[in-house]
Amino acid sequence: MNPTLDLLYRLADDQLILGHRNSEWNGLGPILEEDIAFSSMAQDKLGHSLQLYGLLHELGEAEPDTVAFTRNAPQFHCCQLTELPIGEYDFSLIRHFLFDHAELLRFEALADSSYEPLALVARKVKGELKYHVLHANTWVKRLGTATEEAIERMQAALEFTLPYALSIFETTEAEPEIISSGLFIGEAELQARWEASISKVLAQTALTLPDLRTLTPVAGGRQGQHTEHLQPLLDEMAEVFRLDPTADW
Amino acid sequence: MYGSASTHDIPAKATTGLENEDPILLAEFEARIARGEKIEPTDWMPQLYRKQLTRMIEQHAHSEIIGSLPEGTWITRAPGFRRKMAQMAKVQDEVGHAQLLYSAAETLGKTREQMLSDLVNGKSKYSNVFNYPTPTWADSNVISWLIDAGAIVNQMANAKGSYGPYCRALDRICAEEAFHLKYGHDAVVHMATGTPIQRKMMQEALNRWWPAIMTFFGPSDKMSTHTEILMRWKVKMATNDACRQQFLDMYVPKIWEIGLTLPDANLRKNEEGVWEFSEPDWEDFKRVINGDGPCNAERIAVRRAAEENGAWVRRAMQQPKAQYVRPLA
Repeated sequence: MNPTLDLLYRLADDQLILGHRNSEWNGLGPILEEDIAFSSMAQDKLGHSLQLYGLLHELGEAEPDTVAFTRNAPQFHCCQLTELPIGEYDFSLIRHFLFDHAELLRFEALADSSYEPLALVARKVKGELKYHVLHANTWVKRLGTATEEAIERMQAALEFTLPYALSIFETTEAEPEIISSGLFIGEAELQARWEASISKVLAQTALTLPDLRTLTPVAGGRQGQHTEHLQPLLDEMAEVFRLDPTADW
Repeated sequence: MYGSASTHDIPAKATTGLENEDPILLAEFEARIARGEKIEPTDWMPQLYRKQLTRMIEQHAHSEIIGSLPEGTWITRAPGFRRKMAQMAKVQDEVGHAQLLYSAAETLGKTREQMLSDLVNGKSKYSNVFNYPTPTWADSNVISWLIDAGAIVNQMANAKGSYGPYCRALDRICAEEAFHLKYGHDAVVHMATGTPIQRKMMQEALNRWWPAIMTFFGPSDKMSTHTEILMRWKVKMATNDACRQQFLDMYVPKIWEIGLTLPDANLRKNEEGVWEFSEPDWEDFKRVINGDGPCNAERIAVRRAAEENGAWVRRAMQQPKAQYVRPLA
């Protein structure tokens, strides 16, 4: 695939799928304020994905609604981290923490992309992601220093989630050209920045970051290989849209 | 959404307890209300006033979070980006309303934790309409438009009530509800003027919801007792029938205008300008409100699961010395 399309699909699909998952916290949060916060982040992420699908549309791909609501799982390029069910709050919080640290750094770097339309979107998006990271840090620090029960849960969630989080940085065969053309700094550089960024926050908690070198990343998402959770998510998302394909909804 | 008068009345058997109140303070309290002054949390108030308002604001708050469930299930199914983002924002507002309302109720002395615990234990109620299912996207649209419309009728009236924190919360809530009304109206019109499949979906949803909408404002005034003192204290600002008439007058013409029909052959405005309709099935209403509706168990089960699953977070957050006393409104 063309490197620009390859990159844009990965970015857009990550945002769409995690946005969708975050929205599932409606009515289920541990406190109302978290229902509201996850909904805000979901709305931002949906908005980000819409802008990115808009860039793809400008490059000749189908309309955002068609791209988002009619593809099947093998056609999606999101990392597997984003598609896992929301689980309990500890998992959703840790996923949000690990993902959004990477996402903020990613969009900060993309603000200097050689592809100017993407750089413009990134400059706006990174400003919103700053608040997502602030939210994640606040909660991770709070729960990661609170009761023994909370610390144990957060540590277990961290250990469960990290192999999936490493899937954020899975590359495609377009990677060398993405870097050489100045589209993006590349996943390896991003991962190095991310490790420094999450370590700094975790150091302020009772949580321990395992040696990432010892973990096996759960790869495949970028190539269209997904967990069993993605297709049901997509079926649900398109349930109404598909009732009448001729309709304007 | 979503407050409704349907469960706010004093139970017929309740005693007012007013004979135990200091008559001088009581007279002063009533005079202040008559002058249009607001009662604030630290002001003296009769026990019955505190109790009724707590009950009313708490039920309103519960209605917001329970009400977010039937519409919330359509967030993940909303067709297209535009609808998906709007549905999310709309439902998020409702949860925000609950937050405002619990804070207002807390000023009367009951904590949010206690209120939520009473909700999952069935001790306190919420608007009865949310005990009915929303099997299609169109049902969610009907709620967004017509249930919110009903709630606005009610809340605009109550915003002129006597308790300061509740009135201020309602002012903010009504401002957001006005957008929900536009959102719901747009969604319904879009479907009602869409493809045959969309029109059919919308008409069926409206048929399903109409009986519940007709009970939204609570039993007929002739069946409802003890409202006089609540009206005098400006706890209840309009009778159930007055709200229902206002709603019908505002929305039935709009529904007919877009080519939808209503499943009540007796629905018409008579020569005196009063809406006539088939008497709602109040026995069924009572049965549902007392727990035997199609979705009561499911709604409470979802809320209970949320409470139980999130308990560890709240335990971790708990700082016994920092009891939250200031309302957001």
